[in-house]
This record gives sequence, structure tokens and C-alpha cells, in this order.
Amino acid sequence: MQKYKTYLAGYLFLLPWLIGFVFLCLSPIAASLYLSFTNYDLLTSPKWVGLANYRAMFTDDYRMMDSIKVTFQYVFLSVPLRLVFALVVAVVLNQGIRLLGFYRTIYYIPSLLGGSVAISVLWKQVFGKEGIFNQALAWFGIDGPNWVADPRYAIFSLVGLSVWQFGSVMIIFLAGIKQIPGELYEAATVDGAGVMRKFWRITMPLLTPVIFFNLTITLIQSFQTFTKAFIISNGTGGPINSTLLYSLYLYIKGFSFHEMGYASAMAWVLLVVVALITGIMFLSSRYWVFYSDGRE
Amino acid sequence: MALQNRLKPLLFHIIVLGLGLLMLYPVFWLLSSSVKPTTEIFTSKGLWPSAITFEHYHNGWFGLRNIQFGRFFLNSIMICVLAVIGTIISSSMAAFSFARIDFPLKKLFFALMLGTIMLPGHVTLIPQYIFFHKLGWVDTFLPLTVPKFLGDAFFIFLIVQFIRGIPRELDESAKIDGCGWLTLFVRIILPLSSPALITAAIFTFMGTWDDFFGQMIYLSDVNKYTVPLGLRLFLDSSGSSNWGSVFAMSVLSIVPSLLIFFLGQKYFTQGIATTGIKG
Repeated sequence: MQKYKTYLAGYLFLLPWLIGFVFLCLSPIAASLYLSFTNYDLLTSPKWVGLANYRAMFTDDYRMMDSIKVTFQYVFLSVPLRLVFALVVAVVLNQGIRLLGFYRTIYYIPSLLGGSVAISVLWKQVFGKEGIFNQALAWFGIDGPNWVADPRYAIFSLVGLSVWQFGSVMIIFLAGIKQIPGELYEAATVDGAGVMRKFWRITMPLLTPVIFFNLTITLIQSFQTFTKAFIISNGTGGPINSTLLYSLYLYIKGFSFHEMGYASAMAWVLLVVVALITGIMFLSSRYWVFYSDGRE
Repeated sequence: MALQNRLKPLLFHIIVLGLGLLMLYPVFWLLSSSVKPTTEIFTSKGLWPSAITFEHYHNGWFGLRNIQFGRFFLNSIMICVLAVIGTIISSSMAAFSFARIDFPLKKLFFALMLGTIMLPGHVTLIPQYIFFHKLGWVDTFLPLTVPKFLGDAFFIFLIVQFIRGIPRELDESAKIDGCGWLTLFVRIILPLSSPALITAAIFTFMGTWDDFFGQMIYLSDVNKYTVPLGLRLFLDSSGSSNWGSVFAMSVLSIVPSLLIFFLGQKYFTQGIATTGIKG
């Protein structure tokens, strides 16, 4: 009897989450899989079209091709850069213990504000023709283009905005570096190892679990970037689709054109891509991620 | 040698501080542009305005016809407060259940809960929208607040980790004293988990404040607009003619995030370090 009372208590406390899980997660997943095989405009009932949405995505939707290209460009440029900046600054900050808290705050502020509409609006100005970025370039005699309006460069302003927000990743690295036992460095110093050698032989290997964690999380987040691209391109993904990140295109399809079936198919393709990348990360991790407690 | 030992830290601080200030330069520029006379915003090179004016703030606040920026702030604050209350109550309940109570299928549910953290929101987005549309909730605050009362996997995980660090002997002695699960939860576990709860509250507030996407798809009546939506509307309506006011309202829109960050900084860094929330 006591046992069942405990079970009941467990489920009662879990109830709000369970309701959310069933109604806002599990059934929507099933529904979106079904919708991805239909045409649905929210007004008339869904019409079964089989694989047509998926086929259209990869055969005759040229905007889709642009979107995929831009998204991969964005992800594979911004993620490594963001991680490298975060790691380098974390290692440097860790050298001088004084004022660490102060510097950490300064470097974190961009991450704090970066997701806001205000910063995207600002960014558009910073990288405009007369923006402060071009003013800085002018010192070196370079006449910069309008970075945001030129289809060749627009994606780089988004990458820049993303890299600018390396602070949150840096804080995780700092926490990771603090876990490395100081004796290792002392012993290495006694053996005559220099700064670089200590970094590559001690810091890097012991930090691989944190790198793995940051890499996975940042990758997943980057595939879903929306606000920056939306504000900077006024919701169009332009000029000439050059900032049409996948999430933005999904939004346009689903909520501007009301092609809910097509947008659902896009969501599933994204899910598969993210799952594949995460899977590859986990599989590869056994070759490069080093757990000091001997865990595989 | 002695000189070198003193110069090196100095050089270090100069570089680190210089790079940091360089990164923050756009933010300083935003701040200074919001109080510069209009003619100076794109022409003057320096940050320091020749004269400080608050007319952009006044013009921005009253810049839209029939509606003031104050309305957007009230709406945003209302949604954020409800979101924080909902997330804290529901997530701490689920976390308590996972961390302290044994029941069948617990491991399965816990694994599923963790799985949802990795799930891209796009997969649930459209059916959720259709669902709320059918309920007649579109263009109300309900789709932005009610789901928060149904737990957030990320914060459940954060609080579970924290509760696991609280000694179980406390539970035992409370039970000997005749406490039920509810008393144990409310009187003992919740107060002791306050650092984790504060962290979750801060991140929920900031995440909701900046949730441009969700607010954009669910709200269409200008009277229900939030700060990010209001800012975008203002940007579209005043366009390039009135950058000073756009910048002034941009500054106001990031003040709450900055304020909360500086008030709760300690919890912030802890929270990021333990869970990897991006913030």
C-alpha cells in the first residue's frame, strides 16, 4: 500500500511535465511526420501527397538549394571560429587570475545580448556602407562594401555576429580548465615543458570532453539560427537568398506561404541532419575524446 | 628581469582589456548614438557626443501612432513573469520526482526527457501552432505562457542535478517526523535548491524576453505586441529616417537583460558552466 502511494506521488509530481510531453512533444512529432506527407494550408483539411514534399525539396526548389548551401556555410564557418575564439580567450584569461571575473563579464556581454532584436538591428548598421566596421577599415585605406546588402558578403556578417557571441562557450571552457589538476602543470614545468607544449599535451587532451560538449551543443544551435537572419534581411533571406538560413526558409514556407506540409517535411529533414551529425559526433568521440577517469 | 616580470602582467591586462573593449565597441556606439543629435550619428567619428540629448528616447517612446512603447514593456513583463512562475513550479516538481521518488518507468521517462533537450524545436513547431490555432489561442498570450507550466527539460535536468547533491538523510529524518512528499518538497527540498531555481528563473526570463520567433508567430494584434515585436514594428515604420529613436528603443529593450545579469551574475556563470545553456 505504502509502495503504491509512493508511485502515485511520483506520477503526481511528474504530471505537468507528462502532460506537456504528450501534448506538446510526442503527439506534435507524430503529427508533423504525418503532415510532411501532405499538403496543408491550415484552412482545408490535409491532402495526402506521399513523398512529393520531400521530392520537391531536393529537385525543383532552387531556394531550398540556396538555403541549404547558406546554412552549411554559416554553420561550418561560425561553429569552429566560435569555439576557437572561446578556447583561446579562456586559456589566456586563465593565466592571469586577477580580474578574471571582470574580464569574464566583458566577454560574456555579447552572448547575453546577441539573441535580441536590438543587436541584430545594430549589426545591420555596424556592417552597413557607412558603418563603424567600414570606418575602421578606412584607417587602413580599405574601402569596404555594404557587407549586409552585398550577396557575396551578407552571410559573413551573420557569421561575425555569431562568433562575436563566443562568451557563453568560453565560460564553459573556463569551468573545464579549472578542473585540470594544477600538479600536472607543475610537473610539466619541472620537466622543462614550455607554454605551447603544456597547452597541447595537458590542456587540450584533458579538455576534449568539454570541447566535445561545446561542439555538439553549438552545432545543434547553429542549425536553428533564426532571429539574426530574419532581422538583418527584413525577413526575406536576401539579398538573392544569401542569408536564407534554413529556419528562416522554414518560417517563410510555413507562416508566409502557409505550406504547412512542406514546412513539416523541412523540419524532418533538419531533424535527420541534426541527428546524423550528433550521431557521427558520438561515434567519432571514442577516437578523440579522452576521459581521465577511464570512462569510455 | 624584475622589470620584465612587472611588464608582462601589464601587457597581458592591456591586451585582454583592449580586445574586450573592442568587442563591446558596437554596444558603446549604440549607447552613444541613442543620445547624440541626429546629424551626428553617422558622421562623427568618436563615441563622445557634442551634446547629450534625450529627444530620441522621447520620440521613440511616443513614436508609434495609438500605442506607446510602455505597452510593449508591460506585455513583455507579463509574459516573462508568468513564464518564470510556470517554469519554476512545473520543472522543480518534475525534478523532485526524478531525483527523490521511485516509481515504475522512471528511467524511461528520464531518458525521454533528456532526449527532448536535443530535439530541434522545428519538428514540434507546426503541429503546436495548428493545435493552438484550433484551441483559438492564436493572438493571445496563452501559447507563450501555458506551455511554460508544463515543465522545461533543460531546467528539470539542472534542478535534478542540484537536488541529487542534497543529502538524502534530510528526506529520511523528515519522513520519520511524519512529513509527506509534499511537505518534504515544499519545506526542505525547494528552499535548499534555491540556487538552481534562481538560475532557472534568470534563464527563463531572458529566454522569454528575447523569444522573438515565438512571439512573432503567435501575436498579431499590436496591442499585444512585446518589446522585440514593438522594436521591429518601429524599425519598419520609422525606417532609416529616424535611427536615433530606433537606437534609443534598442537600448531600452536590452536594459532588463543587463539588469538581471548584473543582479544574478553569480548564478549565471554557475548555470552556464554546469548546463551549457547559451544565454
